[in-house]
Amino acid sequence: MSPVLAFLGRRLLGAFVALFVASIVIFAALNILPGDPASVILGRNATPQAHAVLTKRMQLDRPATTRYVDWLTGFVHGDLGVSAVSLAQGQHDTVWQQISGPLKNSAILAAIAAFFMIPLSIGLGVIGPIYPGKPIDHAISVLSLGAIALPEFVTGSLLIGVFFVALDWLPPVAIVPPGGNPLDNPSQLVLPVLTLLFASLAAGVRMVRAGMTEVLQTEYVQTARLNGVAERRVLSRYALRNALAPSVQVLAQNLQWLIGGIIITESVFAYPGIGTTLVNAVQNRDVTVVQSVAMLIAVVYVVLNLLADLVVMLLVPKLREPV
Amino acid sequence: MSAVATEPVVRVEDLCLHLTTGEPVVDGVTFSVAPGEIVGLVGESGSGKTTTALSLLGYTRPGVVIKGGTVEVGGESILGRDRRALRSLRGKTVSYVPQDPGGALNPSLRVGDAILDVLRAHRAGGGDDPVRSALERVELGSDPRFAGRYPHQLSGGQQQRVTIAMACVCDPPVAVLDEPTTGLDVLTQDRILAELRRLRDEDGMAMVYVTHDLAVVSQMADRIVVMYAGRIVENGPAAEVIERPRHPYTRALVEAIPDFKNPRALRGIAGVSVGVGEWPGGCAFAPRCPHQEARCHETVPVLEEAVPGHHVRCMRWMELDLQAGERGNGRAAGAAVEPAPLLEVSGLEARYRSSRSASPAVDAVSFTVEQGRCVALVGESGSGKTTIGRCLAGLHVPSAGTISFDGVPIAGAARKRPLEVRRRIQIVFQNPYQSLNPRQRVRSSIIRPLRVLRRLSRADAEKEVGDLLERVKLPTRLGNRFPVELSGGERQRVAIARALAARPDLLICDEVTSALDVSVQAAVLELLQELQRELRLSMLFITHNLGVVACIADTVLVMDRGTLCETGTVAEVLASPSHDYTRRLLAAAPCLPDGVL
Amino acid sequence: MSDRFRFLRTTSGAIGAGIVLFVVLVAIFGPYLAPHDPAAPVGIPLSGSSSHAWLGTDFLGRDVLSRVLYGGRSVIGYAAAATVLAYMVGMAIGLTAGYARSLVDPVLMRSVDVMLAFPPLLFLLVLIAGAGTSVAVLIIGVAAIQAPAISRIVRTATLEVSTRGYVEAGIARGERAFAVIGREVLPNIMAPLLVDAGLRFTYSILIIASVNFLGLGLQPPNSDWALMISENRTYIQLNPWSVLVPAAMIGLLTIGINLTGDAIARSLGRSYVPRATRSVVS
Repeated sequence: MSPVLAFLGRRLLGAFVALFVASIVIFAALNILPGDPASVILGRNATPQAHAVLTKRMQLDRPATTRYVDWLTGFVHGDLGVSAVSLAQGQHDTVWQQISGPLKNSAILAAIAAFFMIPLSIGLGVIGPIYPGKPIDHAISVLSLGAIALPEFVTGSLLIGVFFVALDWLPPVAIVPPGGNPLDNPSQLVLPVLTLLFASLAAGVRMVRAGMTEVLQTEYVQTARLNGVAERRVLSRYALRNALAPSVQVLAQNLQWLIGGIIITESVFAYPGIGTTLVNAVQNRDVTVVQSVAMLIAVVYVVLNLLADLVVMLLVPKLREPV
Repeated sequence: MSAVATEPVVRVEDLCLHLTTGEPVVDGVTFSVAPGEIVGLVGESGSGKTTTALSLLGYTRPGVVIKGGTVEVGGESILGRDRRALRSLRGKTVSYVPQDPGGALNPSLRVGDAILDVLRAHRAGGGDDPVRSALERVELGSDPRFAGRYPHQLSGGQQQRVTIAMACVCDPPVAVLDEPTTGLDVLTQDRILAELRRLRDEDGMAMVYVTHDLAVVSQMADRIVVMYAGRIVENGPAAEVIERPRHPYTRALVEAIPDFKNPRALRGIAGVSVGVGEWPGGCAFAPRCPHQEARCHETVPVLEEAVPGHHVRCMRWMELDLQAGERGNGRAAGAAVEPAPLLEVSGLEARYRSSRSASPAVDAVSFTVEQGRCVALVGESGSGKTTIGRCLAGLHVPSAGTISFDGVPIAGAARKRPLEVRRRIQIVFQNPYQSLNPRQRVRSSIIRPLRVLRRLSRADAEKEVGDLLERVKLPTRLGNRFPVELSGGERQRVAIARALAARPDLLICDEVTSALDVSVQAAVLELLQELQRELRLSMLFITHNLGVVACIADTVLVMDRGTLCETGTVAEVLASPSHDYTRRLLAAAPCLPDGVL
Repeated sequence: MSDRFRFLRTTSGAIGAGIVLFVVLVAIFGPYLAPHDPAAPVGIPLSGSSSHAWLGTDFLGRDVLSRVLYGGRSVIGYAAAATVLAYMVGMAIGLTAGYARSLVDPVLMRSVDVMLAFPPLLFLLVLIAGAGTSVAVLIIGVAAIQAPAISRIVRTATLEVSTRGYVEAGIARGERAFAVIGREVLPNIMAPLLVDAGLRFTYSILIIASVNFLGLGLQPPNSDWALMISENRTYIQLNPWSVLVPAAMIGLLTIGINLTGDAIARSLGRSYVPRATRSVVS
């Protein structure tokens, strides 16, 4: 079997195992940890009556393993369950209804941020080591060190402070009416995207820099230079090409930052995305919503990592060999 | 330089290089290379040989600047040129062959394309398949698909041939080779050296061959330039420099080479080598020189012409009529009586879990080590010799076979062996820079076995540290230092002291001198020989160097890919080997020309 | 050993250490210096700076300065506790995997890899959804997030050091694993760990602050810095200090730690950048 396929196979298997374990962890945390999900959901409104009703509606009298299997099989088929809070209120909103809009909104926000983050990370990360010691190298180094330290809510608040309070150029919130399209009002997306970019870009730039610096000090780059190979070719085919592989892995990890950052950023700007939905669900202890949303995000995350591994494999010939 | 009609292809005059902090690295270096000539640039660590050679390409390491002098290659001046000019000269007028071929090839570029890059950079290469012809020049042209391979798919020897192809492809008049065979096996090294000689003979390519290995250089070079502490100390025709060295350092270097054709007691050079920033006033070698006088310390001697074409930098060269070593004073003969066996290995087999190859690293090996004898275990890398040493030391559990010590079978893992056995078998490792705990002072490293294996009290142990340091010829004040303050040779002596602390009966030496300079190696071997005689130690000496075997061992075991292919006394095996592999090893081992020693 | 403090001689190292010191001192001694009770209203909500309240009041009329002086302990204290816990667990796992190698290594590392499949904040949110908002959940959750990455770094360093001569000499002497790890291995893996520790601490601070900001961590009337930002940001125009000062404190702390960590890394000859914690070729 081709080594590439074998590698893919192993990674897929690993991904499935990881997701499987993740699902167990998520389910256990939400259903076993709190002891009795029904009273947790009802909170202070937990009369014995309401408790009994909710327990029946959520079918909590069945053993945990059965509920887990039901949920997982449902999830795999696209049925994400019913919001527990809505059940407590006598309604029947499915999780999918609640998250389909926000999911789209978040995807748009993430896509825009990723669109800028990837080329910028590589571009800025690569420039420093090519001109070591020059002002631009120092500037990028210092800025990224600073930016990486600030949490999104700090950057977000500071950006609002500058662009809204002081300059009144951009709105402080990014509200999208339900069912609406966030792209209808692009100016409100500027600050959220900037906030997202700040921290994740800084992390990406630093790691690409480190990779590039390391590659530029290798023996093969020096040998090529000492045999007179043109500098542009050395930088592109000898340095960058070999620095890209670890950079891709790093960028994939940065998409992890993006996912965490989205949750916070949406909260700062009141953007109706999957992050705000998740936070609200956690605040309301809406177990079923949290369950399925968490699983969804984990799936996206694992898939992204898998794609990154694939790209790395294409970039590094040595990995295509049978071990 | 004798009067030659043709212009020299390399002309270096009064080259001076400094660190940015001011300390001199290379001082007043002057030499030249004639077309088609191989010049061996020889020296140990800190001599400045690599720095000098790289400046021929206009390259200095970060932190090093050119202070003055001229460097002309192919008629073009190298120093002070801008980057674009340098780039067009490199590869076309002067090219480079690196030390480690594996690391010197772009892992994501096919080797054919790598060669093409050099061609394109200089718009050179006519013909319809310049890559193919380049590969044919280094005898890699037989397989048409070779150019499409990646570096990791090639062996070490093939990788080095590719880098040589890259260096030749634009037909530069001269190439700089930085220890090109140091990382290769003896057999591969032999083939590469033959390759290089062919390039000189057929294509007339001149070479500056940087190395620390005088034996290799004696087989390759037309002229030898010896450097010590940044200066040239001797410069002359290869045969003359080796047979009749004029400088005490050169002579000591020649004497330090272990040569299997002339086994003799090796002698090191007193003192420690001089690093950058530590140059003494006057002749840099004087503090270590057996012929030093007061005036040697006052002024730096000039490079004088002793004989036409042969220069030397020594004030006393005329008085010291040095022969290259007295006729080998032979080795102390071994004991006459057949002593009792101390260690018996029977049917030893060892595997590595990580490697999935079917054949084990060590396969059905049996041998004995008698009391008081030195047994050498010889082979190339991958032969399993280190694995055997590790099994004996208790660091690797064999998958089959028995090891008997003093008649009693012992366990594979050290933890399972009785204290006495652990004490009586000791091992010294190859890499001196990693054998001592950098966070502990030297004396703590030595005290440990005293406490653990001999159960001495703290007070008794402290007392014995001084004795042990003296025994390995180190000043006792070194006990308070940290390993980072010691040189490689000193660290290795400390490692030996640590092993001796346990009062072992069997000392396993795993390539203990391979990472050291030639003169330091000789000194450490000298020490080991003394210790073996005085303490009546049994030694298992693991090495790939047949010369060392001849100088230090009584019996020799030859390993090839996990199996023992030949055993016998050193005299027998070296004189009339019975196994084909041994014969090939002997033929390939670099040695000095006959009649030198 | 003086070389440990060499980094203080660099400008960035000195500045970074200075900043960190300043913030830590504010956090520890702040409550003794605060002019008012942080939970008590002292004036009209969201009024600007006055002689009574130097940084003005927040949205409930409480003195911003006092709240800022009280607000550091929680962030730094809990982050420190979580990081220490993470190190204890991570080092135990990493040392065992790296030293024993054999079968233990892949089993441990695969288990650890699973945790790395989770975006950290997500894991924490799930935990909070299940177990409620409490300090214990926060600390244990953050420790659980950090421990896998730490164990990877420790394992890699241990693997590298374990093959060195002085470690093997100890093994050949038949010393117990604990003795060898303690004397020979542990002191020599400190360098990469030290470099990483700063980044870990920063991350703990950031994630705890983020959770507090979301209202899912410490609850009002706690005067935690992140909570202050979230409570007052809708009114940022009326009294910017109520948002900007706690934001600056958090920012200074993390930037300071990063500068110091970077300087330490450079003085040890390493790079202050986390390697990809999962590698394709493991």
